[in-house]
Amino acid sequence: MQSHVLSIILFTPLIGAILLLFVPKEKISTIRWMANIFAFVGFLISLPLAPMFWWQRFDPGFKFLEGTPNNWIPSIGAGYNLGIDGISFLLIMLTTLLGWISILSSWTAIEHRVKEYYVWFLVLQTGMLGVFMALDFFLFFVFWEAMLVPMYLLIGIWGGPRKLYAAIKFFLYTLLGSVLMLLGILFLYFHHHTVSNVFTFSIPELYKTAPMIPFDTAIWLFGAFFIGFAIKVPMFPFHTWLPDAHVEAPTAASVILAGVMLKMGTYGFIRFSLPFFPSVVTHPKVQGWAMGLSIVGIIYGALVSLVQKDMKKLVAYSSVSHLGFCTLGIFALNSSGLTGSVLQQINHGISTGALFLIVGILYERRHTREIAEFGGISTVMPVYSTIAMIMFLSSMGLPLLNGFVGEITILQGAFAANWRWAAWAAPGVVLAAAYLLWLYQRVFFGTVSNPANEKLQDLTPRESFMFVPLIVLALWIGIYPKPFFQILEKPVNDLVQGIRDHSGESAAAVNRAPRPSQVSVGDPRAISAGVMKAGD
Amino acid sequence: MLFLNHVYLLPIVPAVGAAVMFFFGRRLRKIAIDTVCIGVIVVAFLFACVTVAEYSSFAHGTGQAFEKIVYTWLGSGDAQLASAMNGGAHQTFNADAGFLLDPLSCVWLLFVTGVGLLIHIYSTGYMAHEGGYYRFFGYMNLFMFFMLTLILANNYMMMFVGWEGVGLSSYLLIGFYFHRHSASSAANKAFIVNRIGDVGFVLGALTLFYYLGSFRFTDINALARSGRFSIGDPVLSAAALLLFVGACGKSAQLPLYVWLPDAMEGPTPVSALIHAATMVTAGVYMVARSNAIFVLAPGAMKTVAIVGALTAIFAASMALVQNDIKRVLAYSTISQLGYMFLALGVGAFAAGVFHVFTHAFFKALLFLGSGSIIQAMSGEQDMRNMGGLKDKIPTTHWTMFVGTLAIAGIFPFAGFFSKDAILWQTWTSEGGAYRILWFVGYATAMMTAFYMFRLMYLTFYSRVRMSPAIRDKVHGLSKSMTAPLVILALCSLGAGWLSWPQSLGGSARFEHFVEPVFAHEAVVLEHAGKSGQVSAGEKEAQHTDKAEYLLMILSLAAGAAGWGVAHNAYRNAGKDYAEPIAQKLPRLYGLLYNKWFVDETYDYVFTGRRKLGNVTLGALGVGEAASWFDTKIVDSAINDVGWVTRAASTLSAWFDRWIVDGLAVRGIAYLTLPFAYVARLFEWGLVQWYALIMVAGLIGFGVYYVWK
Repeated sequence: MQSHVLSIILFTPLIGAILLLFVPKEKISTIRWMANIFAFVGFLISLPLAPMFWWQRFDPGFKFLEGTPNNWIPSIGAGYNLGIDGISFLLIMLTTLLGWISILSSWTAIEHRVKEYYVWFLVLQTGMLGVFMALDFFLFFVFWEAMLVPMYLLIGIWGGPRKLYAAIKFFLYTLLGSVLMLLGILFLYFHHHTVSNVFTFSIPELYKTAPMIPFDTAIWLFGAFFIGFAIKVPMFPFHTWLPDAHVEAPTAASVILAGVMLKMGTYGFIRFSLPFFPSVVTHPKVQGWAMGLSIVGIIYGALVSLVQKDMKKLVAYSSVSHLGFCTLGIFALNSSGLTGSVLQQINHGISTGALFLIVGILYERRHTREIAEFGGISTVMPVYSTIAMIMFLSSMGLPLLNGFVGEITILQGAFAANWRWAAWAAPGVVLAAAYLLWLYQRVFFGTVSNPANEKLQDLTPRESFMFVPLIVLALWIGIYPKPFFQILEKPVNDLVQGIRDHSGESAAAVNRAPRPSQVSVGDPRAISAGVMKAGD
Repeated sequence: MLFLNHVYLLPIVPAVGAAVMFFFGRRLRKIAIDTVCIGVIVVAFLFACVTVAEYSSFAHGTGQAFEKIVYTWLGSGDAQLASAMNGGAHQTFNADAGFLLDPLSCVWLLFVTGVGLLIHIYSTGYMAHEGGYYRFFGYMNLFMFFMLTLILANNYMMMFVGWEGVGLSSYLLIGFYFHRHSASSAANKAFIVNRIGDVGFVLGALTLFYYLGSFRFTDINALARSGRFSIGDPVLSAAALLLFVGACGKSAQLPLYVWLPDAMEGPTPVSALIHAATMVTAGVYMVARSNAIFVLAPGAMKTVAIVGALTAIFAASMALVQNDIKRVLAYSTISQLGYMFLALGVGAFAAGVFHVFTHAFFKALLFLGSGSIIQAMSGEQDMRNMGGLKDKIPTTHWTMFVGTLAIAGIFPFAGFFSKDAILWQTWTSEGGAYRILWFVGYATAMMTAFYMFRLMYLTFYSRVRMSPAIRDKVHGLSKSMTAPLVILALCSLGAGWLSWPQSLGGSARFEHFVEPVFAHEAVVLEHAGKSGQVSAGEKEAQHTDKAEYLLMILSLAAGAAGWGVAHNAYRNAGKDYAEPIAQKLPRLYGLLYNKWFVDETYDYVFTGRRKLGNVTLGALGVGEAASWFDTKIVDSAINDVGWVTRAASTLSAWFDRWIVDGLAVRGIAYLTLPFAYVARLFEWGLVQWYALIMVAGLIGFGVYYVWK
């Protein structure tokens, strides 16, 4: 039996966008209400997915399947084929939640071309959901590209002073990656035909044939996908579009950009790079480079954050650092690393999304984001400052809040892969504390030195309300993350197993067995092997 | 067993107080805040007492650990699936929200809730007129929640919750007066320096997990004690050292001690509770908890002992000349923590723990006393402006005098017993090298007595040096402030008797209580050729020789000597009294007075807050360099790619216009022009002319055919 749950969730925002087109653009209030209602409905409608998913969390494979392979354009083998597993489930829930919150946050921030704004925002929402749901590469690529346009317009029309530069940079940079990815997709498509005599873009079908590609070819394909996703994440050194895009984007677009769109890259790694090219990712050199770039991203992003003078730019660079943890977990190629990575992607969406909202609230009141313009804000805006403190702590990974759970799981995974990776990445958390606490001190502590800040209004009920779900989630994941671990267990499990099966010996090495290059005097692995046999 | 089975509720109790303050505190009156926040600590204290009592009947002196696992915190909790997902690997990432009670946690539980309660009560008087009263008590309750979590944790991850959490509370309370830049900077410094230690903690815990497959103390201890690991195991040594880095951060040891003196920016009760009695001993607690690992890592043990001894004397040297009363006590705390690590490092775990216990009372007392002085003096903290307070605030005077006797190690006050145990066990440690550590400890004892009596003389006994305006305002203190002082003074006297050494006819009950936790380690050390310093009671029985009495007398002499020097120097200190060190060794005095310039060095080298000429080093310097690199190199490269693309497209646009369209297309067109001119001759649009040509043609053809 076909269920249409996913389609309903997917198209609710788009229906909203289409209906909005029929409202005259002068009726701003109607437009606002409608957009917010549709965003909220889009979130509400995704909620039943949670219990439905929960019952089958340990079942293998994709769930809520919809459509069949090749049913859309049979002649080329493209299908309207949707389905999710635990990884995409969590990201979908994050998307619907953040979509609603960011539309709510735009209530007073957007004053011109209101109708177009909301229309594009809702279109964007559908595009993002589609990326996480598509089980067909053709469909995936359509959504992947479709989501770029609204974001380009959101930055380019409603952005700051250098909006065009930022928007074009964002668009072209991402497009460059997409083109490489498209080439990779086409290669897989034709390779599948060579092997099975069937033309199809179906991702589950390609899972079966792609790992057969010999290493020497696969490494080029991996590279094409890698650059595409690395730009999106962004990994060092492909990250420079990010600060520009964030600084110029309106608050809500930043929330979505950081909260959801960056996860497309990490999602791509997990969904495509790992299962398609197991022999490549497990190659020590490839893994080493990927881990190395992640570590550089963590430390470098944090160091650059430390000296920023613009709050939003600071948060943007902190994203580079946090996403470094996410990719670190992915390329650890073991279950802890991957589980932690997905968790951290959710966490980053919650914490950094909230941080952008926090910056946006000050920006809306003062129309500046210069750190030096502020000081003593906690005296005039106590509620706001309290919420900001909680989210700062969540972002820096304080236990009992969400960030810690993700980071420690990733670090454990990285440690299991090679302790040096964990050791190099761990100082990132010191720097995170440094740049966030220093920012907090300069903005919130002290006395109100700037007269412009003396009469700032504390949060309105609407603004406070936006943070409630984020704080609840931060505490939930921090205190009782077990459901999240359970949801991720099966897909991550299967993924790791798949990598290991396909790449034979080399994959077994990823987790435990001593790799010749790694065994040295005092390597825990070498010694523990014997011990643990007895221990268990 | 009701309370023991629900021991996880114990940390929740103060958390309730914190939550009430968070949501409603702003609207509550003082009496309501007092009721809630003191109430939850009273409940917690009684809870702790009952729990410990129940535990005692549970363990029957065997020291068997009581564990209560509430739920799986990290990980899915499904061991079967989890182990499959690791492909049969031995680790399933897993940490419980679990709680553990053994003699060690019982000790901490009792003094943390007990001293915590007294300090809370004291605070109702001390903070009565401060703004943000609810905020203060909310944070204090929050601290108690995290501290109890730390103590009761059954695994390293859970302990880390408390570990970072107490750091957070400390951050919030140091920065309580957030309007002051110095306060918020000190708060940041405390948190960030602690974070450096925390990285060590996390990496150490991950190493243990990787190696032993569990975060749980009981699992780790069982494995470590199973005899499978040889002494000096390199991985366990690395783990022990990493954990010790964590301890150095939390317990303010070299080189991470720098945050603690600055932490005195917080209200004085905070200094007493967090930065003297409880939180800073967390490092000692953690190392003592990990004793099974540490004894297998003699290198790490030596490091602990040496760092402890060096910290003890280094901090004491700075305490000699400070003028801020709280700073003297802060350095004193660091120094005393050094003693505790010295004890742990030489394997005298029980003695180290005992010193934590006694220190909690007398140091809390001294801090609260200094708070009373500061309040009586309307906020003055500089001892140069004090003097002659003995009769104005008599209760504070005599309680602080007790505290000073205790910390100086005068018989029969608490510090005598604990400090003597540490020094004695250092002395009897294997190898002559440990005699050097003993000497360092001994010298520190002398310095301790000196700076503490200097403090006493400068505040209570010497001539009155304050301005008349302040002198007239000096006032007595409320009962809520003096009562805790009295109770703590009694504890500072009596706490030591719990461990009355056998050589003096006592029974060392405290040692016997905590001994089971370390019992196995005594055996390990014995095998390693050490003389089994761990179980003090046992050893005392074997070594009741003259040396011990001699060392006791020497200790007393050290205390007396310090007292005597201070007495001579400050007895009559008037307005322009002279520091004896400043007179005799001015250079050394400058060095000590400026705290060995460690803060400045760190600012130059590690943070970059100070510039060397025009060069910024440290994190800020590297950050600026990275930021420059990011805009000028990485981003610039992207922009250059854009520029090249634009140049190429400009070029191809030119090519298109002038070559493709110009040369090829229009050029060909021009080529046809001459022909066109010729052709045009025939095509100029006059119909008559066409007709004429037609006619001419016809005529031509006609003529041709006719002619032919």
